[in-house]
Amino acid sequence: MSMGGRALGLHLGLLVVLFALHFVLPPYHHGNLARIMVLATYAIGYNVLFGYTGLLSLGHALFFAAGMYGMGLAVSHAGLSPAIALCVGVLAGALVSFALALLALRTSGVAFMIVTLMFAQAGYLTILYFGEWTRGDEGFVIQAADRVLWGFDLSDPANRYFAALTLFAVCLLVSLRLVRRPFGRTLIAIRENEERVRMLGYDTWAHKMGAMVISGTISAAAGAAYGILFGYVGASFAAVPHSILPLLYVLLGGAGTILGPFVGALFMFYLIDLASGITTAHMLIAGVVLVLLTLFAPQGLMGELRRRLWKGLP
Amino acid sequence: MEFGPHLILATLEGAVTAAVLALTAVGLSLVFGVMRVVNIAHGEFFMLGAVIAWYVAQLLGGHPAVGFVAALVIAPLIVGGIAVAADMTILKRIDYDPERTIVATIGLLYIIQQVTLMTYGPEARPVEAPFNTRIELPWFDWLETLFGMAQPWGWSITSYKLFVIFAAGAVLCGVWAMMARTRIGLLMRATQADRDIALAFGIPVERVYALVFGIGAGLAALGAVLIVPIQQAHYLMGESPLLLAFVVVIIGGLGSLKGTIYAAIFIGLSDSLVLVLLPALVGLIFPEIQIDATPTLSKILATLLVGLVLVFRPQGLFGTRTT
Repeated sequence: MSMGGRALGLHLGLLVVLFALHFVLPPYHHGNLARIMVLATYAIGYNVLFGYTGLLSLGHALFFAAGMYGMGLAVSHAGLSPAIALCVGVLAGALVSFALALLALRTSGVAFMIVTLMFAQAGYLTILYFGEWTRGDEGFVIQAADRVLWGFDLSDPANRYFAALTLFAVCLLVSLRLVRRPFGRTLIAIRENEERVRMLGYDTWAHKMGAMVISGTISAAAGAAYGILFGYVGASFAAVPHSILPLLYVLLGGAGTILGPFVGALFMFYLIDLASGITTAHMLIAGVVLVLLTLFAPQGLMGELRRRLWKGLP
Repeated sequence: MEFGPHLILATLEGAVTAAVLALTAVGLSLVFGVMRVVNIAHGEFFMLGAVIAWYVAQLLGGHPAVGFVAALVIAPLIVGGIAVAADMTILKRIDYDPERTIVATIGLLYIIQQVTLMTYGPEARPVEAPFNTRIELPWFDWLETLFGMAQPWGWSITSYKLFVIFAAGAVLCGVWAMMARTRIGLLMRATQADRDIALAFGIPVERVYALVFGIGAGLAALGAVLIVPIQQAHYLMGESPLLLAFVVVIIGGLGSLKGTIYAAIFIGLSDSLVLVLLPALVGLIFPEIQIDATPTLSKILATLLVGLVLVFRPQGLFGTRTT
């Protein structure tokens, strides 16, 4: 079997396992896993930019919230059908990421981090400012009638699980395909040495722009899906901690690996789940994990696996 | 109240904000200038200063001035010590890599914030000011027909707020004297100019880094102790000073202390003046529009401004050196 075949087998295998888990998991973990798959999709979007292109953004909550509020406002204020509202959310994410990329890609390194952080914060404050429509911190609930997509009622746990799995599977396979295409290989080259890629005649700006829009669009899709699957839209999803989460997932799982975002999201979700049983200050765990990761395992779990066992892991 | 007194009052209030902001931002700027790293946890050092001031005031009891003076000394020392420890255990081990430092200090931010939540709790608690006499300010105006002294309502400032302005000024002079006149300041400037050459000349660069990180955090804590009698101590209070300090450091030019202080005065004043001036200005030009200059709106504008300044002038508004 070729390397590509083995990798494809591994990822399809994961999807099959996730499909099978639907029939065996108890309701609590079943619900959790649906949530984890949506969050992992968000992290997949983040990984395209951070893991493969090497651009560390601290403002991805802006894209997630663009998808979530694009969908939520369209369905609750414009009265659009859920399917169209989902498209509005994804499109909003694509537009926002394109606009931010126009500005932020003029910078790099630390300045890029601060610029994305600042614009995401401005986006969060804008949501609070227009509290009349967005209901600010309190957020609003998507009515059950608005959560029926092509005849599937997404408030039903089974439907919700399969919807989350579909979204996750599509984004996982898209990202797997992406990094094997010349476009994705060029992104990795930019991460390793941007000057050299430019010298070889590639338009690095256009590639980074493409990466940022793909990344933002996937994140927005996750945001829109989160809103419709769990029936809630709130400003906390646009705040700074929500930009840190995908960074945490990707760092923990392994930046620049296709499975890393899922592994990281799974680990972190259950770590915080266990911690909230002990204390309300569960973000403490996130802080400790971040510090330990930067100190001891900057490669993350899948990164370590790639380094030790399987060099060709995508 | 009339527009004139209102404007001067807003200027004085703005000067208090500017004074505390200058202390916090100079701390951040010092760390960035010498160490070339961005400390996201800086706002949490500020918050820790306020919380420790509350603990000190509680423990000592007695006259408010006793607790306050003790807090002025103890809080910056403890916070500085925590920062030095964080530098030696975390930042030194990741070799001050700029991107990994940001991730690590984000982690530090959550650790400090959440540990405070677990121990100090979610309440906002006040610390009593050591003295708080109200100073009525005179205002000259036409009274009916003749010119005389008036006392518009609310036209006063507390002595404590004036003290904050002077205390911050004194500390900033102290920082300047340390950087310009002492041996340790010389070592810091040498490290800032070129780390490798400094190392080659036998300067203990790692110890200088630890010290700078501690002093930076201590300045933030000092600013917090000064502000805590006006604004209560709360575990989330570090967020907005962090943001404002960023604004100031970036506009003032990354790593330039003088620029930072100018920018702090500019931002601190504009923050409160925008609330007074913007509605008045818009009202003058378009009498029919009622603009609502809420703090949220001015925060949105401030954040966008920082972002845009970094995009188009990465060296800062007043900075000349490219970084």
